[in-house]
Amino acid sequence: MKEDLYLSLQPDTLPSFRHLIGSSEPLSTAGALTPLRSEANSSSDFINGYRMGEELEAEKHVNYILSVEKKKDDFESVVMEHIRINGAYWGLTTLDLLGKIGVVDSEEVVSWILKCQHESGGFGGNIGHDPHVLYTLSAIQILALFDKINVLDIDKVSNYIVGLQNEDGSFSGDMWGEVDTRFSYIAICSLALLHCLDKINVEKAVKYIVSCKNLDGGFGCTPGAESHAGQIFCCVAALAITGSLHQIDKDLLGWWLCERQVKSGGLNGRPEKLPDVCYSWWVLSSLTMIDRVHWIDKEKLVKYILDCQDKEKGGISDRPDDAVDVFHTYFGVAGLSLLEYPGLKAIDPAYALPVDVVNRIFFGR
Amino acid sequence: MHGRPRKPPTPEEEKAYDAKAAKLRSLQTQFLHFHHNQIYTKEALEVCAKLVESNPEYITAWNYRKLAVEHIVSSHSESDLESDPDCIKSIFKEELRVTERALAKNYKSYGAWYHRKWVLRKGHSSIDRELQLLQVFLKQDTRNFHAWNYRRFVAALKNRSDEEELQFTTDMINDNFSNYSAWHNRSVLLSHLLEKKVDGYFPKEKVLTEENDLVHQALFTDPDDQSGWFYHHWLLDQIVKIKTPLLVYTWPPHGSNLEVWVDGCLDVEGVNSSTITIESSMHDTNKDLVWKPLSTNNSGRAQAWVTHLSFLEEKLHFSQANPIKVTMGHSEGIKAVSDMISWGDKKFHSYEARPMESSQINFSNPLKNSDDNDLMAYKWNAETVANEISLFRELLSETDCKIGKLTLARLLTALDAMILYNKTSDSNEVVHFEEVLELYSDLMKVDPPHSQFYKDEYSLVLLQQLTSTPESLLRHCYHYRDSSPSSINSYICLRLCNLSLSRIGSIEQLLWIQMLDLSHNHLHSVEGLEAMQLLSCLNLSNNKIGSFSALEPLKLLKSLKALNISYNEFGAHSVDTRRYSCSSPLNHTVGADWNFGDWNPIDGIDFTNCWEAFSIFKDLKLTQLEIIGNVIAEENFKLFLVKVMPSLKWLDGVELQ
Ligand SMILES: [Zn+2]
Repeated sequence: MKEDLYLSLQPDTLPSFRHLIGSSEPLSTAGALTPLRSEANSSSDFINGYRMGEELEAEKHVNYILSVEKKKDDFESVVMEHIRINGAYWGLTTLDLLGKIGVVDSEEVVSWILKCQHESGGFGGNIGHDPHVLYTLSAIQILALFDKINVLDIDKVSNYIVGLQNEDGSFSGDMWGEVDTRFSYIAICSLALLHCLDKINVEKAVKYIVSCKNLDGGFGCTPGAESHAGQIFCCVAALAITGSLHQIDKDLLGWWLCERQVKSGGLNGRPEKLPDVCYSWWVLSSLTMIDRVHWIDKEKLVKYILDCQDKEKGGISDRPDDAVDVFHTYFGVAGLSLLEYPGLKAIDPAYALPVDVVNRIFFGR
Repeated sequence: MHGRPRKPPTPEEEKAYDAKAAKLRSLQTQFLHFHHNQIYTKEALEVCAKLVESNPEYITAWNYRKLAVEHIVSSHSESDLESDPDCIKSIFKEELRVTERALAKNYKSYGAWYHRKWVLRKGHSSIDRELQLLQVFLKQDTRNFHAWNYRRFVAALKNRSDEEELQFTTDMINDNFSNYSAWHNRSVLLSHLLEKKVDGYFPKEKVLTEENDLVHQALFTDPDDQSGWFYHHWLLDQIVKIKTPLLVYTWPPHGSNLEVWVDGCLDVEGVNSSTITIESSMHDTNKDLVWKPLSTNNSGRAQAWVTHLSFLEEKLHFSQANPIKVTMGHSEGIKAVSDMISWGDKKFHSYEARPMESSQINFSNPLKNSDDNDLMAYKWNAETVANEISLFRELLSETDCKIGKLTLARLLTALDAMILYNKTSDSNEVVHFEEVLELYSDLMKVDPPHSQFYKDEYSLVLLQQLTSTPESLLRHCYHYRDSSPSSINSYICLRLCNLSLSRIGSIEQLLWIQMLDLSHNHLHSVEGLEAMQLLSCLNLSNNKIGSFSALEPLKLLKSLKALNISYNEFGAHSVDTRRYSCSSPLNHTVGADWNFGDWNPIDGIDFTNCWEAFSIFKDLKLTQLEIIGNVIAEENFKLFLVKVMPSLKWLDGVELQ
């Protein structure tokens, strides 16, 4: 029965699957009966995990994302209207990781993005909305995907972000002054992608992030605030981009993060909380950046993410059998990419963009 | 979208959704019209209120409300305010009402919480209700981190003392032990109180004992609930931590040896405080530094010398590097490895066979404590840790709890460290390596998802055990002699092969090593090896190293000549977990001018994809490299390596012309 599952694999959606099997043990072994966990001392063999009958419904996810992009009038789209630019980033990055960004009309996307720009230089979540760094980063990331950062007036955008740094090194999200380490990450990530990091006081920015470090090794949104996997991603990535990972107690934080994996294989964002696919990204990318990602069971997590797929209509949800959305579809696919799931492009854990996009920006000639 | 079931909506539900969507769409359109035309009428504000109440994350609407408030307040003239002093207050009161309704819809809305803070900061509203309101939200969800953050904001605004807030966490914890948010806030408040030595929070020992009692209740009530364990771990840290000014991630660490080496050269003598000057802003320069030779044979000559610096605590800066500059008056010529190293077993001869040379092996003793005050504290610390140990042994006899086991292993390790640090020459030390190793082996079995975490810990303890006595270390020392007749080379090699090591530790005991064989282990990182400054030959073959950036520490080994990284996982991974730990433009640790220089492209090699290899190998002066058995090691890549490292004489056993 399990053998049938191999045959159902579509070689064009998962091109390197065969290669992976071919390069390791032969197919003929009783793989389907191999226990999911490999022994602690043997090499962690991913193939066993994939042989349990789950596979990524890549094609369906592509269709799902394209259908969401087109919809404009159902309730979900209306509720998401104010963050449409974030939605576009999640959807387009997922398409790129799945190798399908080519189906999108980049001209159309770029011209829409530019319409979201405010005269201050920042971007709104949609046309006519107020600017905020949350949306500015998405705009820059989307343009990066299409290699179109050059359409921006770099000075104008970077000046908007630079102007939001406060005296203590922290960043406000917009002119109204809310402070959060999420905004520190966004500012640092955006400016780095624009090659403008030297325009802010990096030392102070790092100092502020370090002041949000907790006694469990994690980070909160402001000094004294509780650690939370999403916030930890922001702080670890900001420290990574500024070459400041030595500020992190990697073993302490790594232990806290690896304990986010619960019995089902999924990851939660704080102790004693339910698992959720979006934490596959926040926790995994943090663990990857501090080189402790081997402390969790990758196979079980792969299985958990795959279990959250809508196998009929495409898309991934927070937990098995919940309603899917673009946000969790992105985090599920990005998580699988960090787990080296075959057939997916690699994603960069700090800039949250495909590695080839990041390499083009920083190493391109 | 969280927690919404995946099922197609019924026709009725669909109808309801459509109606809701139409209503929301119309609110959005109206709102944007008002916003873009700066219309702040009562009607407009009502539309906006309806919008944020049904979609509290609509940031632009909150911004509009702030603009409206500012507009309305500034439109009131002085005389208006005199005749009706409450009108400003009522404007802000309305804002508080709107945020309350929005929070009732979604108590996790960043926009709504922030709007409330913005209103309170204006100072026209009473803050008396805020704590009550918080009670409501925290009752709804005791872990709501927005509410906890808001509580800290209100406490600061109301000037509530840390003690009052600590009492609040006690109440929350007594209500339900499983409240990580409360334990977290407690750790923040308590560390303030301890730091400031507030009345009742001094001496530290008394407070920590009480806290231990509190957290034990939680741990024993439900050992599988994580909430209390992280707090307990922090408390334990307060007890066992030696008050070291330098933290773990600095090098050299506190109390370690400052090591001076002469590049690849033979014994030197006459190292003392007059031949070597040390400039640093933080050590006590008045003291004469005493230099001791490493690898000594009592001749007063050695390749490495060590001295202990006493750091002045007040001059140390915690979160930044504390540079020390060492200047040497005289150094000898450089001696390079001249023959190819063969890692075959035949070349190694058991060290015991040549006892007369055993004096060459230096066994550096750990720093000993001599301060009387520290010894007093040590006594209390050791007693506390011993009590904890018996307590957790008791817990584990009743229940098989993984964090309990991990905690016991950590306690035993901490006790061993204390014993070693404080031991007097006549004390009979009791060390628990075997028991700790057993605990970690057991944990690998009972908690397979985290087996690699325990395995890393296991490896560290194994290396501690192995380096803990000269005898145990000697068992792994071999004599290397090469066959070349012209050669007079003879090395002592430490061979730590086939030990299932997944992580390297106890480097401080191995600073004198020149030749190290770590082959046939499970290493994926070589972090820490950079301290072994005498290392000239290193065998890392048959490990699990997956990226060249993981080799970055080797760039600091100036004497490294022969490196074997064959049969690893270079090129086999799409994700590089060391990508941000090595210097590159990605993390801005090198300048924007960093590039591949004038290297002419080699066919089949895309420089953008092998920048890690370039960045590592261009700084290594290897004469010998084995890289066979890796995915990346094809001919093109080898050509690239030869080009990057002109010093290379042998590649995969083949002599280059
Ligand atoms: Zn989620």
